[in-house]
Amino acid sequence: MREIHVSAITDAVKKLCMEANYELEPDMLRAFDRALQTERSPAGRQVLQLLKENAELARTRKIPYCQDTGFVVCFVELGQDVYVVGGLLEEAINEGVRQGYTEGYLRASIVRSPFDRKNTGDNTPAVVHLELVPGPQLKIMVMAKGGGCENRSKYKMLTPADGLEGVKEWILECIRTAGPDACPPLIAGVGVGGTFEKAALLSKKALFRELGSSNPDPAVDAIEKEVLDRANRLGIGPQGYGGDTTALGIHILTYPCHITSLPVAVTIECHAHRAAPGAPRPPRHPLADLAPHGTLA
Amino acid sequence: MIKTAPDGIKEVVPPLSDADVEALRAGDRVRISGILYTGRDAAHARFLPLMDEEQPLPIDVRGQILYYTGPSPARPGMVIGSVGPTTGSRMDKYAPKLLALGLKGMMGKGSRSREVREALKRHKGVYFGAVGGAGAILSQFVKKAEVIAYEDLGTEAIRRLEVENFPAIVVNDCHGGDLYEEGMRQYAR
Ligand code: SF4
Repeated sequence: MREIHVSAITDAVKKLCMEANYELEPDMLRAFDRALQTERSPAGRQVLQLLKENAELARTRKIPYCQDTGFVVCFVELGQDVYVVGGLLEEAINEGVRQGYTEGYLRASIVRSPFDRKNTGDNTPAVVHLELVPGPQLKIMVMAKGGGCENRSKYKMLTPADGLEGVKEWILECIRTAGPDACPPLIAGVGVGGTFEKAALLSKKALFRELGSSNPDPAVDAIEKEVLDRANRLGIGPQGYGGDTTALGIHILTYPCHITSLPVAVTIECHAHRAAPGAPRPPRHPLADLAPHGTLA
Repeated sequence: MIKTAPDGIKEVVPPLSDADVEALRAGDRVRISGILYTGRDAAHARFLPLMDEEQPLPIDVRGQILYYTGPSPARPGMVIGSVGPTTGSRMDKYAPKLLALGLKGMMGKGSRSREVREALKRHKGVYFGAVGGAGAILSQFVKKAEVIAYEDLGTEAIRRLEVENFPAIVVNDCHGGDLYEEGMRQYAR
């Protein structure tokens, strides 16, 4: 058994919330550069250029990259040999969100009830997805999810007869209908298989993969590349002003499914993609116990 | 007032007249200087009963531009925090009524409904697009910011912004032009 105190969790979440909002990950910046090489539309190139400058200013002046500083979504992988002490895991996460958003001059965008719509004032609570994994470590992946793009996320229960082509068409349909509203260039996180809620969960989790990386399953990788190519032929372009850069990535996660079902969920994510990637990268946290992408090693 | 700068970009200074609006075409790049009023979902929801009962709104919208944004808090010493546009379609329900009252411009991101585009034609209005997700850089064009109504709404309060050369593009003009449709048609392969 390994003990982890809740204060370490709060500190980690606080830092991750702030950093995510000021600093776009390097994989996003590389994606902008790649897009600038192929984008034919002058208006589209101007947008991409502005986004690069925006990222630089956000990083150096600590002004949020986007004013919608997001709904905090945490994917927590809790090792079965870990014992969280000093309080409750979810409360510790929310305290981290509270501190990060208040001290970091980040916008409070959460209302306490979908009906009375009173702002909670500190961007709490977070949405927490907990997964038990073997071992003595705790990993917290934090995403600050924008509302404009989230509002364009969709779900459809296809039939086995719709098959692979049906899945591709549906992803493209989601990107087409998201259009300029979701701040393209965008990323589509796709969950295929499982049940209604499993597919939705996978579609969010898929967004944590490093942009530009290949899907470990070669068959799925080929699907991702084909859909990406077709998405970028739609003509929507950066901000919808017309162009070749509508999507920067299609990330698919799959799960076994029932003989009757073919569930497909698509989470639409904008270029303000504020999430620690799943791929290892050098730690930038001064805290000794906080390794890359939120792992409390 | 509108005039074309030597670099071809149109300089827009509210208040705008019908003739000013008629001079703008979908796809025109613009720089806005002067006053912008901010307002989004919650402020519009409060406008609705006032408009229905023909009561005055907290701002005189005639000739003005309404910017759909909810800025992030300003750090000490800064004018405003991140201040990019939010999705315009959520204000579709209210926009035709505001245009009928004399509002000339709206600025946001994303497509507007057929009703709003028709109202732009009927009342001579224009919908500008600002770059969504570029809130940090857009904050640099804001020289002054002041909450003037609905302070209790926090980020959704109505603010009066003084801006200088705020960059935007004409998405929907009063002639039926639509940058999103035209752009997509041009680049679809
Ligand atoms: S969709 Fe993304 S980039 Fe656009 S306003 Fe929302 S969070 Fe910002």
